[in-house]
Formats: sequence, C-alpha cells, structure tokens
Amino acid sequence: MSETDATEARRIAAEARDRARFEEEALGLADQVYRVARRLVGSREEAEDLVQETYARAFRSWRSFTPGTNMRAWLLRILTNLNVDRGRRIQRTPQTQPLEESDYYLANKLATAGGEEVLDQDQVVERLSQDSIVNALAEIQPQFREVVVLVDIGDFTYADAAQILDVPIGTVMSRLHRGRRALKQKLAEEALT
Amino acid sequence: MSREPCDACEELLQDFLDRTLTNDEWAQAESHLSDCDYCRRRYRFEETLRRYVKLSAVERMPPGLMEKLQQLRGFEADGLAPR
Repeated sequence: MSETDATEARRIAAEARDRARFEEEALGLADQVYRVARRLVGSREEAEDLVQETYARAFRSWRSFTPGTNMRAWLLRILTNLNVDRGRRIQRTPQTQPLEESDYYLANKLATAGGEEVLDQDQVVERLSQDSIVNALAEIQPQFREVVVLVDIGDFTYADAAQILDVPIGTVMSRLHRGRRALKQKLAEEALT
Repeated sequence: MSREPCDACEELLQDFLDRTLTNDEWAQAESHLSDCDYCRRRYRFEETLRRYVKLSAVERMPPGLMEKLQQLRGFEADGLAPR
C-alpha cells in the first residue's frame, strides 16, 4: 500500500467513526424527538413517518452538523421544516382563533366549577383528564402549538425554539404566551361542557 | 387583599414561572405571593398545570420505531444540508 493510500484509508476510517458516533448520539435522542413529533401532528402514524423522515435526512446530511452544538435542536429543526413541507401546518386548523381569555381563565373556571372556590390547586388541576390535555393541544393553531410543544413539552429554551423555528425570540415569547392561553381556553371548554 | 392589584400580577405570574423576571421584579413578586392568598393559589394552579400538561402530553416511542431508525444508518451523504 502506498503512502497516499494509507493516508486515504485512515481518513476513511476516521470518517466512519465520526459518522457512527453522530448516528449513536442522534438515535439516543429519538425518544425526545418522537415526543415533540407526536404532539405536532395528529396521529401516531404521522409522527412515526415524520421521525423516520427526519432521521433519514439527518443521517444523509450528518456532515452539516457542527459537533459540540445542540443536536436535539438540530434534529428538531429538520423535523419542523419537514412538517411544514408536508403541509401539516394547516392540518386540523380552526380558521379563526376564538377571543382570547386571560391567563387565569381556566383556573377561575375550574376553581368555581363546583359552585364554590376550591382551595387545593392540585385537586383543581385533576379535574382535567389527560385526554383533554392532548385534545386541547391538538386544537390550538399550529403556529402556537409548535412553540408550546417545543418549550413546555420538549423543554427547549426560548433561544433554541427561536433557532429551530427560525423566528426572533420575541416571536417565540409572544406565541408561547398566546399558545398557553389558547390551550387553557380549550381546556376550559372541554372541562366545562 | 383587594382584587385590583392582582390583575396586574396575572401578567407577571407567567414570567415568574418562566424565570424571566428581573431581580427586582422577582423580589416584588415573591413578597406579593407571600401576602396574597389569591395570587398564591393561582400560582399553584399555573405551576401544577404546566407539570400536568407535560406529563399528559408525553407519549413513548411506539415499539419498532427504533429498529426502523437503526436501519436508516449509513445512508450515503448526498451533500444536502438540512435547511
């Protein structure tokens, strides 16, 4: 083997190692990626497809990931872009956002639902079923849902969410605010009807 | 405690939970919370709700998905960078 061949062989081996390491790290995050995907789209099947597409693209373009940066955010950026590409943004979207209620709307409604103010806040929250939370999330406008899912379920910082969605941080904050209110309003509607 | 100042607290509470208040605002909020039963209950509610939303919304990966992802490994790089 010539000198050049040996160098080339070492280069290829090193690259294979880098790639395998990248793939391992990405797969280690699959559970968290799925968690976000599942709440962004309407069904488990769609979420599975979306995660598979995300990993297919991530593995193909692994070289564009900068080692040492936030891989979870990098994967989620691919995922949210794919989600938009596939037109899921308009899925299950109510055409108009109902009138916004205040932050305390749900708390006030639930607390007095039994006719009398309840003192234990854990008990108040337990009046909501887990299903009602999942349904309410699915019903809020996609642009608000994205942010609520990333920050409140995916545990991303505002800065990460801004980077993932390619919007200014102020937009993340205002969408989050409105998204949480919309969620509470949906929950109030579900719980009290 | 009168209701009126607490309408302003409603806005502050979300930032309090997000830990995005300045030190001064934080101190004010804490001192108010220790005095105001209404706000304290709303604080407990919002905090509990956030935890409950997270717990309710989390769904584990379906069985078999990890294997499918494993099979995607080793695809030739095609030079397409994610957008």
